[in-house]
Amino acid sequence: MENEQHRINKDTPILNSQFSTVNSESSIIKVENLTKSFGNFIAVDAISFEVSKGEIFGFLGANGAGKTTAMRMLCGLSKPTSGRGMVAGFDIEKQSEQVKKNIGYMSQKFALYDDLKVWENLRLFGGIYGMKSHEIEDKTNIILHDLGFENERNTMVKSLPLGWKQKLAFSVSIFHEPKIVFLDEPTGGVDPAARRQFWELIYEAAENGITVFVTTHYMDEAEYCDRVSIMVDGKIAALDTPKNLKAKFNAASMDEVFQQIARKAIRIDN
Amino acid sequence: MKDISFEVERGEIFGLIGPDGAGKTTLFRIMTTLLLADSGKALVDGLDVVRDYKEIRKRVGYMPGRFSLYQDLTVEENLSFFATVFGTTIEENYHLIKDIYQQIEPFKKRRAGKLSGGMKQKLALSCALIHKPTVLFLDEPTTGVDPVSRKEFWEMLKRLKQQGITILVSTPYMDEASLCDRIAFIQEGKILTIDPPEKIIADFPHKVFAVEADNNYEILKQLRQSENVRSVFSFGDSLHVVFKDISKMENEQINAQLKEIKPTIEDCFMALTDN
Repeated sequence: MENEQHRINKDTPILNSQFSTVNSESSIIKVENLTKSFGNFIAVDAISFEVSKGEIFGFLGANGAGKTTAMRMLCGLSKPTSGRGMVAGFDIEKQSEQVKKNIGYMSQKFALYDDLKVWENLRLFGGIYGMKSHEIEDKTNIILHDLGFENERNTMVKSLPLGWKQKLAFSVSIFHEPKIVFLDEPTGGVDPAARRQFWELIYEAAENGITVFVTTHYMDEAEYCDRVSIMVDGKIAALDTPKNLKAKFNAASMDEVFQQIARKAIRIDN
Repeated sequence: MKDISFEVERGEIFGLIGPDGAGKTTLFRIMTTLLLADSGKALVDGLDVVRDYKEIRKRVGYMPGRFSLYQDLTVEENLSFFATVFGTTIEENYHLIKDIYQQIEPFKKRRAGKLSGGMKQKLALSCALIHKPTVLFLDEPTTGVDPVSRKEFWEMLKRLKQQGITILVSTPYMDEASLCDRIAFIQEGKILTIDPPEKIIADFPHKVFAVEADNNYEILKQLRQSENVRSVFSFGDSLHVVFKDISKMENEQINAQLKEIKPTIEDCFMALTDN
């Protein structure tokens, strides 16, 4: 283990060849037997999968299935117990700081500072991502224009309707043009029209080459993904395109697929 | 909230359907006597929410949007606490919560803070029912909960309705609307309509067509440009389109079949709130 530590320079992206089952050069996430346990409890049980550049990847699962724990490892926020992962070219265990710098993240619980104005949030996050002042200024203007928020530049974020906040938060999460953005239930409680507008932002980002890793409990949103994985009891119980999953499970919708797969869960919320 | 007026019948499951910020929580807080309205009147179980607030608090069960039980008390301790506060015991009304509580009973010695989402919900519901309320107020009980647990939760609500409890539930999930006896669409502090869900669908004034193709996103953009399209939205693996003039529908020249479908509650909500 120590040898490996010496070999891997903190700031250099690791080569795909250091992973045993590399298929393509365009993997943004590659995970092999990734495991996380807390004492005797195995929250994430040796999962393996890959996500390609520009993919919209849906990461689904019942509450208690291990989704959040898995995501935390992918974002460099938690060390694996065993197994390995590569995100945006960096090892999630040994280069977690680099992972954090090269990803975007947005969750329902936290995205923006309510008591700062719109432009102040953009400046703050731009600074945190290491962007230069003029870059922050230029991009702020572009974002405000694209979202139609020019009149809201000086509005306190807490005064914005939720749907607008979400759209702004998404733009902020990709402000620094990361290779991949992690979205943790970004549309919870948002009205139907705003949800769809949000997904159009996701499509645009994916078209521009940003990989989108999203978790959601809205099964219609699962249909918008290129591929979907469903976690049950710490393992990945299914991973495929929505179309293939529906065919395989003889289901008319992703909701039906989910019901069939997740119903078999032994671990109902731990 | 502005000029909200409505009635809920005994034994009904009444749904308040609308997005965040619509006013659902404010309304519930007023009805459970936790907030005073600026004007107007509210009666719950025949009692005035201002004058008779003490009595109302004995009769209603309330599950607020965020987990609000005692994190450092165990499951059992929380339930026992609420039973005591309402002057009853767990045993007295156990039959009412049995279905729900049995699912978390194996974990009764676990601290509430260590439960996960779905289990916290079940505990909160049990605590809201332990004193045999006549009216149950559930504020977004299924937000952030996976589809399987959501389905289970609604099955529990149906069984509670059979016990004669009146249930007011708010939700941003449009598919849950169809599980209610009547629903009120609420947005920006106003109620847009109140009716049984089937009636709202039957009253929808337009025909809805579904398009299913491999390149829905391109078709969506194409149809958006069209003069003849009233609305087009993504709905999972298909697009729902409403045309202005159906006779000219074929002129759109999209490489996919248009199939007429029955409108969903979500179609109705989006049309009503179209700005």
